Amino acid sequence: MSFSWSRVGAIVQKELRDYRRNRFVVLTMVFLPLVFIVAPVIQLFAIKVQITSAKLDDRIGLSLLYLLILPAIVPSVLSAYSVVGEREQGTLEPLLTTPIRSAELLVGKALAAFLPTLAVAYVIFGIFLGAVAAFAHHAVVSATFERDHLLVQLLFTPLVAGWSIWAGIAISTRMSDVRAAQQLTVVASLPPVAIVALVNFNVITASIGLALGLAGALLLVDGMAWRLVAAMFDRERLVTGRQGGPTRRA
Amino acid sequence: MTSDPDAHRGRPGRGRPGRDGATPGPALVVEHLTKHFGGRVAYEDVSFEVGYGEVFGFLGPNGAGKTTTVRTLGTLIAPTSGSATIAGIPLTAESGAAIRERIAIMPESPGLYLRLTVAENLECFARLYELRDVRDRIDRVLRAVNLGDRAKDVCGSLSKGLRQRVALARALLSDPEVLFLDEPTSGLDPVATRDVHDLLTVLRERGVTIFLTTHRLEEAERLCHRVAILNTTLRLVGRPDELREQLFSRNLDVRTRAPLDEPGRVFDGLANVDGWERSPSGSYVLNVTDPDAAAPVVVRALVAADADVLSIAESHHSLEDVYLKLVDEDVEAAKR
Repeated sequence: MSFSWSRVGAIVQKELRDYRRNRFVVLTMVFLPLVFIVAPVIQLFAIKVQITSAKLDDRIGLSLLYLLILPAIVPSVLSAYSVVGEREQGTLEPLLTTPIRSAELLVGKALAAFLPTLAVAYVIFGIFLGAVAAFAHHAVVSATFERDHLLVQLLFTPLVAGWSIWAGIAISTRMSDVRAAQQLTVVASLPPVAIVALVNFNVITASIGLALGLAGALLLVDGMAWRLVAAMFDRERLVTGRQGGPTRRA
Repeated sequence: MTSDPDAHRGRPGRGRPGRDGATPGPALVVEHLTKHFGGRVAYEDVSFEVGYGEVFGFLGPNGAGKTTTVRTLGTLIAPTSGSATIAGIPLTAESGAAIRERIAIMPESPGLYLRLTVAENLECFARLYELRDVRDRIDRVLRAVNLGDRAKDVCGSLSKGLRQRVALARALLSDPEVLFLDEPTSGLDPVATRDVHDLLTVLRERGVTIFLTTHRLEEAERLCHRVAILNTTLRLVGRPDELREQLFSRNLDVRTRAPLDEPGRVFDGLANVDGWERSPSGSYVLNVTDPDAAAPVVVRALVAADADVLSIAESHHSLEDVYLKLVDEDVEAAKR
């Protein structure tokens, strides 16, 4: 039996339907982005005309960093819930008794967190750019729309989200309490943001090559995280709370 | 129980070919299956077979290992030792997904997505089994559990009994070769229990292979072709009437208008009567080898003793008597 995208699709569809009707998820998806867009927009609008170029870069870097926290935080709420939430609801056991393979279940769960996160993060970034273009000083506009800034933002948004999702799912498979899983996942989501911060604040000199290199490294880490989480996925442990035996990955 | 290692294995009453029609054989073969959680024994040295089309009851007290056995056969838990073949596929580290394609398990808790509708819950599982004609199948299984008009209801709005029926519909979606039902009537009121029993009776008549774990003994007696009694180890396997005969002698229950003056003179030495005792209710319980042969002899003796006979009938031990006798024996053994 090979990897089935049809089964992955079933999980994604089920998750998205469930999110849509879950008030906590909807509120998180709506209000958290609003919080994260207000600060960077105010930051840029408050910039005075006579600001130095270095300070302008710092301010823009800080604003864009705010926006990159979004793809780290939003999926952490969803991914941390993904396995332990099912366990708490009593829906995990029926799900695990279907022919779905661990890798399919995990990819389905990850995609279901990834797609809305990406949509929200890019929409918020678009709104941010629109607001800057419409209302900010032209020096701020041209600095914000610099190719390197856009590239970092577009490239790192999915990669940061990917890290956050795999960290969340890994934690979710090991925890027995949803809240504890969500708190741990938020903390575990932040390391990639720190790297991006170094780039945005020019601690690491930004260049296309560096951005691509870091993005490639993060992509590799995301891929390895998936394999690691799939290997750690233990049906017996999830069902009984005890370590499983040799058939656990079947 | 006998020392023959195969004596308690329990052979199925009948068999029929598997799904491909080419490999006749039992639906389930379990051989010396054992599961330990660290130092704790969940179940040990369990062996039995279940034939296609059979309803097999798996009985035992709480903590006897019933659910753990189902989870093992459902590939959720790895056995510590022993082997099993489920729907023709040996249980190995690699065969889990293939086995799960051929079986369905309804756990004790329905485990429905409460924010999704009945149809959406079933659609998700139909897609996980990669079934064709999903809509038709959903309609069919909902009609089978008498929920044809509830497809658009959100599961969170359903009563416990209705949720149980949705879970049963979900288990039927893939036309499983073996259907595992873990305490399907646990926590249900009598009406909902009766509904589930009626559904299981229909499934039994359709020839669905069902592995039913329960501690409702009347449920097992009514629905199952054979039962196994587990109390960490497998105590007995057989048809309910076989188990009764195995554990209890056959009895005649004699009721008279007034107590007999000298019952020993009436009953001792009668043909086919091995012994007698007075029951707490005042009737006389006679151990007999053949009730049909013994009854006329006993009636004649009573008439000769000038007794007013109210009734004479064979007394039947229930499956509950069998179960309680075995469990009591285990408790006594543990005390010793």
